[in-house]
Amino acid sequence: MNLVTNNHFVSLSPSLHAGSIADEGELSTVCYRPEGLDRLVQQTKFSKKELQVLYRGFKNECPSGVVNEETFKNIYSQFFPQGDSSMYAHFLFEAFDTHNNGSVSFEDFVISLSIILRGSITDKLNWAFNLYDLNKDGCITREEMTDIMHSIYDMMGKYTYPSMKDSAPMDHVDSFFQKMDKNNDGVVTIEEFLETCQKDENIMQSMHMFDNVI
Amino acid sequence: MATGVAAWLPFARAAAIGWMPVANCPMPVAPRDNSKRQDELIILNVSGRRFQTWRTTLDRYPDTLLGSSEKDFFYNEETKEYFFDRDPDAFRSILNFYRTGKLHYPRHECISAYDEELTFFGIIPEIIGDCCYEEYKDRKRENLERLQDDQEENKDMKMPNMNFRETMWRAFENPHTSTMALVFYYVTGFFIAISVITNVVETVPCGSTANQKDMPCGERYTVAFFCMDTACVMIFTVEYLMRLFAAPSRYRFMRSVMSIIDVVAILPYYIGLVMTNNEDVSGAFVTLRVFRVFRIFKFSRHSQGLRILGYTLKSCASELGFLLFSLTMAIIIFATVMFYAEKGSSSSKFTSIPASFWYTIVTMTTLGYGDMVPKTIAGKIFGSICSLSGVLVIALPVPVIVSNFSRIYHQNQRADKRRAQKKARLARIRIAKSGSANAFLQSKRNGLLNELLELTGTEEDEQKLTKSTSLLESQHHHLLHCLEKTTAHEFVDEQMYEQNCLETALQTYPSRSPSISSHDSSVGTCCGRRVKRNTPLPNASTPSAHPIPTHQGPLQELSAIHIQCGDPPSHSTSRSNLNLKTDDSGRINCKGGRITTAIISLPTPPALTPDGDGLHGPPQRRPSAGTNIVKVSAL
Repeated sequence: MNLVTNNHFVSLSPSLHAGSIADEGELSTVCYRPEGLDRLVQQTKFSKKELQVLYRGFKNECPSGVVNEETFKNIYSQFFPQGDSSMYAHFLFEAFDTHNNGSVSFEDFVISLSIILRGSITDKLNWAFNLYDLNKDGCITREEMTDIMHSIYDMMGKYTYPSMKDSAPMDHVDSFFQKMDKNNDGVVTIEEFLETCQKDENIMQSMHMFDNVI
Repeated sequence: MATGVAAWLPFARAAAIGWMPVANCPMPVAPRDNSKRQDELIILNVSGRRFQTWRTTLDRYPDTLLGSSEKDFFYNEETKEYFFDRDPDAFRSILNFYRTGKLHYPRHECISAYDEELTFFGIIPEIIGDCCYEEYKDRKRENLERLQDDQEENKDMKMPNMNFRETMWRAFENPHTSTMALVFYYVTGFFIAISVITNVVETVPCGSTANQKDMPCGERYTVAFFCMDTACVMIFTVEYLMRLFAAPSRYRFMRSVMSIIDVVAILPYYIGLVMTNNEDVSGAFVTLRVFRVFRIFKFSRHSQGLRILGYTLKSCASELGFLLFSLTMAIIIFATVMFYAEKGSSSSKFTSIPASFWYTIVTMTTLGYGDMVPKTIAGKIFGSICSLSGVLVIALPVPVIVSNFSRIYHQNQRADKRRAQKKARLARIRIAKSGSANAFLQSKRNGLLNELLELTGTEEDEQKLTKSTSLLESQHHHLLHCLEKTTAHEFVDEQMYEQNCLETALQTYPSRSPSISSHDSSVGTCCGRRVKRNTPLPNASTPSAHPIPTHQGPLQELSAIHIQCGDPPSHSTSRSNLNLKTDDSGRINCKGGRITTAIISLPTPPALTPDGDGLHGPPQRRPSAGTNIVKVSAL
């Protein structure tokens, strides 16, 4: 891939985003092109070079320009060969798919990454809350948290030390609620969440861990 | 970790943020990426064709050459690129592997060349994508079979040290290797034919004698047939025992199919010999005679086509099994149906289901003898269905067997063709290569001749003989020379070696030449020269090599002591060096009694033999062409 031609192409057609979706009956060859590099630089906190690297990796894995849930799960599962990461990947996909159209385009991808990696601590916590809040109603119920917890524990797989007890996720959910749910109303709201997290040293520290990933 | 999606690792790490608020304990420290390299373009120059790619593309597969630090060995500082002296066409698919994560096998590429490239770049062939993997495996298997065939040819080569047993075994296995083997082969073939014909003729009615009706020839000429039978069995037994003796692994030989056939062919005779008196088992004895027909299988040693047929049947065992199974099923079904259909009709031949089997088989194989025919309408309907289905069931597995046979047959033909071409090929290759092998010996001679000429001082001759050798060649020759010096042995060519072996076999002489006066001189000449040569020219080739630019080669001189006729003065000068001679011979423990043995032979015409005397007195010692050289036997 030649950098120069890429630049040229992008600068010549700054706000091009084609969306040629073929007929319903035929094999849908969705080909999505992202918005111009410059606009993305403005929208995210990544530099031009970083975006270029990101896009190259993205386009290589998904030549059509969008990621659908299958591919997303597939990619994610390759990092966790021992367990079943499909549930967590599904939740992630939901979180990344901000437009709720069943596919993650490069912009969605990069905007979310920007929040996670370059955002302020509040943004990050907000994003995490959004991940947990499955129905996006502003509060995390016990069921939602249980689902999340199960999905995380599923990624561990069977072969763990000490061996996984079936009640482990539930216990973890209980401890989470105990910590977060201040008014004991059975749900965790965003304010409770932010407040608790900001007071917790460990969480604060770990939030900064991935700042240098890109 | 899946290296193909290494590009997505940053994303996976970022997504771990979802675990953070849920975790109860602190996280481990993340590894720092100190070498924060910007992604850069790498230029890969493969035999002049430049490929460019990102560094991260190559880093995807860190266990290959291009992905690891191994490629630094190929880095060219001046041009700032990585240079590989390999095939650029094959490199394309390799680079595409990095780009797309899938390795493809281009069909036009030779399989072994491609394999080599993969090995060079550290990529295992197992990751070839499904689209190309089957093709790759097929070609590889074909190639392997071909190589195996070639290796088996080499077994034909006569090894110099085969003992009698091995020679015999080789003669048995490959009749064309020696005349004796061929004779044996044809004789056994002839006797097999005789034996089979005898068995057949035995049963033919031979005309009637006065008192009895027609009887088979076997009973009429019992003695004659018995003698014939005995003779054949004798031959076969002897053959079997000889093979058993010569076999490298007797146990394996006894288990092989051919030997079992051999045994089965001759056993009835011996059993018959033993059992003639016992009347009860004579019935069984008659049955045994049937086994004599197995002698005809002995022909498979003589016929390759038979062997191929047998091998085909063996390899199609599963198809044959399927054929048998489906036939059995169909027979049982139709026999049952026919039986019940024909039950009603009177005087029906279909008395039982097993009896109907015969009808079904005859109908399905479209034989239709007509000894059993259905009479009822239902029977006829089912009978026709039976014959139609029979055609189908039999026709299905047959093409598989046929194609198998065809494949093996063609393979064999190709193998035969290769074998035929091989001899000519090898001969030509040997001629081409022998040039280089002799180069060293040639240059030795030339080198010595040069030295000789340097001392004698004739310029133009020197120039004539100086061959231009490249730097590589001269370095190689120097290396070989060093080896010669180290081991105090010398390189010779094949003919020389064999001749020496022959001569040492004739007579070996440690070192007794001094006692023979006529030898003294010559030996002294030789060795004196050797000694003389040693001192002024320490770098010269070992003394034993005489600069003889003839086809006879240097060592012939060593194995023969030459007396240059009509050259008395030579003796005197070299007598002083006699005592040094023994040291020489002791030092040069060459192949057998090189120095001391000699064979009387007639003068060698093209002998432009500057027989050593050259060093002593330059011009007059220069041999003239056609000087009589008489080799004197040590005796």
